[in-house]
Amino acid sequence: MAGIEASLFDLSRFDTLSRLDTPIHRLEPRVKVLTTMAFVVAVVSFDKYQVGALLPFLLYPVVLISLGDLPLGYLASKVLAAAPFAFFVGVFNPVFDREILVRLGPVAVTGGWLSFASILLRFVLTVTAALALVATTGMYDLCRALERLGLPRAFTVQLLFLYRYLFVLVEEASRMHRARSLRSFGHRGTGLRVYGQMLGQLLLRTLDRAQRVHAAMLCRGFTGELHLIRSASIGPKDVLFLCGWIGAFALMRIYDLPAWVGRAATGLVP
Amino acid sequence: MHMADALISPAVGGTMWATTAALAAYSAKELRRSEDDQKVPLMGVLGAFIFAAQMINFTIPATGSSGHLGGGMILAILLGPPAAFLTMASVLAVQALFFADGGLLALGCNVFNLGFFSCFVAYPLVYRRIAGTTQTPGRILAGSMLASILALQLGAFGVVLETTLSGISELPFGTFVLLMQPIHLAIGIVEGLVTAAVVTFVWRARPEVLEAAATGKARSAFPLKGVLAGLLAVTVVTGGALSWFASAHPDGLEWSMFRTAGKEELEAPSRGPHAWLGHFQQRTAILPDYGFPAEEAEHGQAEVAEEEPSAAEPWPAVSAGTTVSGLVGAVLTLALAGLIGLGLRRYRSRS
Repeated sequence: MAGIEASLFDLSRFDTLSRLDTPIHRLEPRVKVLTTMAFVVAVVSFDKYQVGALLPFLLYPVVLISLGDLPLGYLASKVLAAAPFAFFVGVFNPVFDREILVRLGPVAVTGGWLSFASILLRFVLTVTAALALVATTGMYDLCRALERLGLPRAFTVQLLFLYRYLFVLVEEASRMHRARSLRSFGHRGTGLRVYGQMLGQLLLRTLDRAQRVHAAMLCRGFTGELHLIRSASIGPKDVLFLCGWIGAFALMRIYDLPAWVGRAATGLVP
Repeated sequence: MHMADALISPAVGGTMWATTAALAAYSAKELRRSEDDQKVPLMGVLGAFIFAAQMINFTIPATGSSGHLGGGMILAILLGPPAAFLTMASVLAVQALFFADGGLLALGCNVFNLGFFSCFVAYPLVYRRIAGTTQTPGRILAGSMLASILALQLGAFGVVLETTLSGISELPFGTFVLLMQPIHLAIGIVEGLVTAAVVTFVWRARPEVLEAAATGKARSAFPLKGVLAGLLAVTVVTGGALSWFASAHPDGLEWSMFRTAGKEELEAPSRGPHAWLGHFQQRTAILPDYGFPAEEAEHGQAEVAEEEPSAAEPWPAVSAGTTVSGLVGAVLTLALAGLIGLGLRRYRSRS
């Protein structure tokens, strides 16, 4: 139960966040999509033992989050909630890769631990960037951007439909779920038989709804595409954002900046 | 079983993106050709249904755990393969974007693993053959059971293959297969039961829904051979090109591609040949790559360097001194990033 309401809350929270008005929100959606993809590819392209060289990439999500007025704690909790798969696959690395790669005084760090740390860091980076993208762009602009970047229209239009009806159907499902919970004591009635009938009912209602929606849309002249009035064009700021970040990613990818900083800093001390 | 960005290499991610994009384009074309464009609103609403349905659980007797609907098979049964594939892709896109379930680069892998196998393989080859046009509860049960199991087994195998080829996880191929396949056998059985229960209910209450779906898509089962051949070509070409580039110019090319192409920077850095051939290497070499990086580092040998150009990079070759400076640098970088964030936020709140 908590699960359903929490997901609904998540969805509406992202929807609300995407309506803020900040420099990041005002950027052209296509630019944000492209920059984020470049970011993900750059992060993922590192060698599996890299940890330090990945750190400068934190700058991108940090800038998006702070300039976009996004709630850091909330995003962090979302990242944690999604972590299990990467964690459980990665946690085997220390088991299988026991060669010692780094010695720090008495502490020996094996390759497995390094690559595990690298996996977790990659996970945090890529997931935060993706969440920040949605939270600063919103589903409608995102779909439009995807369409203008060349994804098939049938895909983007029905993605918009999906998003639009998600709220309605999740609420409906949560009502059904509540009704079942109130009528079932212990585990009675929570088995497959009732479940199948419930989902079947939900499905039939959904189909009816889809039919009504479609008829109503045809009445209003729907021809298979949605027209949005908002027009977005790429301005100088957008170009600067895209080129600046891609240049920065290239720098961070080629040069191990933390290693330089570290050498410079430790060189000063003795 | 959603792949995360953290576990894949750009070569694998890029290849699967290309494959999935080709499949999506094919599906969209197929929809338009069969004048099923009017299905688009229905697809969207059914996608939302899958979400809503996933939020209701049922208890599995005698285990204390609970299961829910995965969705690929039921979408294929209701919509036909092309429409179901697109719908599944959008369900997974929303999961990736709003719930951080699977990543952006990994989306191609996820759509392929969960969408392609259920819509284009298990549904036409198993479900339609068994349940076909003359449906009975028994046939529906058998069909959805076998089809779901097949789809999930293939999907889980896809996850294993993609993870192993990426070379980020150290899980040996065999161990990973032994972990994933049995788990997904159980998941497949549950998925089959649920699908059968829902489809049977719809069949009893409103048989015309299923009939409309079954007749509308009869033709899309046939061009499967063409689709598969095309897919294979796309995969081989992109994968081959990616790993060739990667191995030829581990660093220079990616840099120039970054500058020129921006998004589709498709290099597959140091791990290129490994990514593509990793699986075979591991089978042929008794001592797979796990042991090598460290040995190289210790002996300072460069003989394996063309295979593992990463050995030339700082990490494996570090001594204690560089480790300290590496740590200091890392801490300073973190502090700097935090300060920039705080500064920007302060600046935002003041303006």
